[in-house]
Amino acid sequence: MTQSTNNVLDHFNLFREPEYIDMFEAKKKNFEFPHPEDKVAEVRDWTKTWEYREKNFGREALTVNPAKACQPLGAVFVAVGFEGTMPFVHGSQGCVAYYRSHLSRHFKEPSSCVSSSMTEDAAVFGGLNNMIDGLANTYSMYKPKMIAVSTTCMAEVIGDDLNGFITNARNKGSVPEDFPVPYAHTPAFVGSHVTGYDNALRGILSNFWEGKTRAANGKINFIGGFDGYTVGNLREVKRMFDLMGVEYTILADNSEVFDTPADGEFRMYDGGTTLADTEAALNAKATISMQQFCTEKTLAYAAEKGQEVAAFNHPVGVAATDKFLMEVSRITGKAIPAALAKERGRLVDAIADSSAHIHGKKFAIYGDPDLTLGLASFLMELGAEPVHVLSTNGGKEWEAKMQELFESSPFGKGCHAYAGKDLWHMRSLLFTEPVDFLIGNTYGKFLERDTGTPLVRIGFPIFDRHHHHRYPVWGYQGGMNALVTILDKIFDEMDKNTNVASKTDYSFDIIR
Amino acid sequence: MSLTVEQVKARNQDLIKEVLEVYPEKTAKRRAKHLNVFEEGKTDCNVKSNIKSIPGVMTIRGCAYAGSKGVVWGPIKDMVHISHGPVGCGQYSWAARRNYYIGTTGIDSFVTMQFTSDFQEKDIVFGGDKKLEKIMDEIQDLFPLNKGITVQSECPIGLIGDDIEAVSKKKSKEYGGKTIVPVRCEGFRGVSQSLGHHIANDAVRDWIFDKSEGKHAEFVGTPYDVAIIGDYNIGGDAWASRILLEEMGLRVIAQWSGDGSIAELENTPKAKLNVLHCYRSMNYISRHMEEKYGIPWVEYNFFGPSKIEASLREIASHFDDKIKEGAEKVIAKYKPMMQAVIDKYKPRLEGKTVMLFVGGLRPRHVIGAYEDLGMVVVGTGYEFGHNDDYQRTTHYVKDGTLIYDDVTGYEFEKFVEKVQPDLVGSGIKEKYVFQKMGVPFRQMHSWDYSGPYHGYDGFAIFARDMDMAINNPIWGLTKTPWAA
Repeated sequence: MTQSTNNVLDHFNLFREPEYIDMFEAKKKNFEFPHPEDKVAEVRDWTKTWEYREKNFGREALTVNPAKACQPLGAVFVAVGFEGTMPFVHGSQGCVAYYRSHLSRHFKEPSSCVSSSMTEDAAVFGGLNNMIDGLANTYSMYKPKMIAVSTTCMAEVIGDDLNGFITNARNKGSVPEDFPVPYAHTPAFVGSHVTGYDNALRGILSNFWEGKTRAANGKINFIGGFDGYTVGNLREVKRMFDLMGVEYTILADNSEVFDTPADGEFRMYDGGTTLADTEAALNAKATISMQQFCTEKTLAYAAEKGQEVAAFNHPVGVAATDKFLMEVSRITGKAIPAALAKERGRLVDAIADSSAHIHGKKFAIYGDPDLTLGLASFLMELGAEPVHVLSTNGGKEWEAKMQELFESSPFGKGCHAYAGKDLWHMRSLLFTEPVDFLIGNTYGKFLERDTGTPLVRIGFPIFDRHHHHRYPVWGYQGGMNALVTILDKIFDEMDKNTNVASKTDYSFDIIR
Repeated sequence: MSLTVEQVKARNQDLIKEVLEVYPEKTAKRRAKHLNVFEEGKTDCNVKSNIKSIPGVMTIRGCAYAGSKGVVWGPIKDMVHISHGPVGCGQYSWAARRNYYIGTTGIDSFVTMQFTSDFQEKDIVFGGDKKLEKIMDEIQDLFPLNKGITVQSECPIGLIGDDIEAVSKKKSKEYGGKTIVPVRCEGFRGVSQSLGHHIANDAVRDWIFDKSEGKHAEFVGTPYDVAIIGDYNIGGDAWASRILLEEMGLRVIAQWSGDGSIAELENTPKAKLNVLHCYRSMNYISRHMEEKYGIPWVEYNFFGPSKIEASLREIASHFDDKIKEGAEKVIAKYKPMMQAVIDKYKPRLEGKTVMLFVGGLRPRHVIGAYEDLGMVVVGTGYEFGHNDDYQRTTHYVKDGTLIYDDVTGYEFEKFVEKVQPDLVGSGIKEKYVFQKMGVPFRQMHSWDYSGPYHGYDGFAIFARDMDMAINNPIWGLTKTPWAA
């Protein structure tokens, strides 16, 4: 018996005690009928080989450990970016439990969202009654200013007609005549969460913009895209715009609702783009998207309405931020102020200070299409090589764009983009063509464990580190955060690799 | 100032009336049946349960897929579980439940991996059976040490008419009788996770038991063989339980399903007694084994020393004196340690009130552990309980306890706001809501990334965690000191 009140052992240490270790061994030997240990070792070693890699890349049907989620997650993420808006997902209810959990685990924040709770009878007769009752209940209980409807794959497979259903519900008095209920079809079997972001945002904008006449003004619309750093990033963008004197509307501003205070009050809704601003956004001169692949349809729609549009790929670092700010400056006619130039200079300075530790290091990156483009470009700016860049939800266009990026720099030589591949493919890449560091989300820790490649956590979701979403990775200050995140890992690894007394600790330097 | 029981009852009744006022009439009528104040002496909590959630109210419930893949099947470590359908379900449930296991992940164990058929539009239009066949071939090729495959159906499978049973049979034959289990746990079936548990139990019966005769001939039984049923080894719960059963002289031949293996499932019909922790999710298979193999089953509760002690004796009563003596020895051995835990933490927790809303067995099972620490559970409810759960709950709750079945986000928030408990125990979706309100909270599904909470070792951790939640100094700082 090892437990004591002076030193309570939980799962970290309890199961390393001898009585538990003996128990595990006996369980395995007597009851699990396991494969022989040498067989397990043999297969484990085989999975590290080129032969296995080829088999692995030969997969046509099976997906293992993908780095993407499904459309409605993106739709929910968009919806909560509008003032007083409740996301309403039409279909099976379990999906909503999953989106809420997923977002809460990343942001460490409440995530409010309702479901129309369709079950077997709705599968047969359609979900009209679920829509009618659901909208009425949500409206009376949660007093939203808007209910943004999206769909699970169940409702999509049976072909529920959202527009008809919502009209019907309205006629039955579920919500007032003029109450906004934008909708988007977000089938999980098409695209990924970034597609859902796009569809939902387009749905909300068209709800406010259709049938209205545009009277262009000097403001710009800004869209962040699906972004795990939305809290820090949107605040940073606002700060930069304010410094420039740009007049802007952030569309889907969820930076407040995913960062509410603990002051005794639960804010189901907080901040968000106001409905008036959303409607007025039609009149903006231009719409700028920070993530091209999150906003393809939305930007096309804005362009169709007569706005100038510009798209970036999750810009991180000096040159990418330069390009972004210069484009904003060009569109708005506002100069980039000296304060931002100074911030830029500080980032350049920081990179120069630390360059020796990053230059020539090889990286693997995975994540959403835009994020991987942004990070690969940043790494090359640091003199590092993004050897393997993988995006499960990236397509041919993304792959071509990444290739173009590699070709733009000597540091991209020999680098490869892998579209539509998953983290089991990445595992083979890391074994057969090892790199120094891996950049990805929390799931990357399994790759770190198996391949020994140190993981730098940048992406979504990050479940096992806290609060990084509150810090930007956009803008020069965001670039600084990304730089420091990468550097911290590099230095930690240096220390870890040089701390054996009398063996390696000659390099255990206190000044680096 | 504490209220009398009658005052509490009146307050709770008023509270129920108050929350119902927010609903449209039809919904208020339906929700009223799920809310009640427990009256001592009643054999039921007198709430409706296991019926459909109402659209739009923000139910906390999940789905049948979550009940099958997420709860029952997912922890079986040496099988590959395919999340069959679009990518999301498997993604959101990937490694999220902390079913601890020992094995080489990706080689002979697969629990914290996400295998998905990642359905695309063409799979919906043309059907996914051909793709499923190919997936199984690829699993065989790339994960040769897997000991079986399960197909965990997501919503579209049942809607597009795929025949996963035929594919499973065909492939099983092709691979020389390999265990391949099709599970019809589409998310739209039933009203919650609960039907998924049942469907998963039935799949074990039909696709494991019926095919396991003659397997493992080398298995030699003893009169003391038991199987742990309904422990998912969250943070190591089943391990902290197993060690006690073994210490009292029993031989645990299987764990269902935390850190479980297919061989353990196959050999379970050789047990002399099934000991059942989560009644809700695994009573079905226990009843089946009783009927078909004559194996008795007994429910037990390993939360907190009082219930553990009673449970060890109850389990021992099914065996001879050797085991009964063994149980007494185990109880005696841990008593001083338990007393030390209580001596340390009870003074800090005495009289603190708790509101719970969890799934499975916990809305009742953890009450004893809180009481061992001098705490009082003043409200509780089940995400997906049935009437038999609410009947069992009457043995645990005090007169006047607020009961809420399938509570909605709105109701839970209002109840907590008015009752003002010192601690709320629920899930990740609820955690931050209450912490924003300044109410201490512990996740009681995942043990808030701590655990184990089962067994004697677990109780020390449970006590420490409840203390650190309630006596966290930050709760004294939620209000700005300069505000009037």
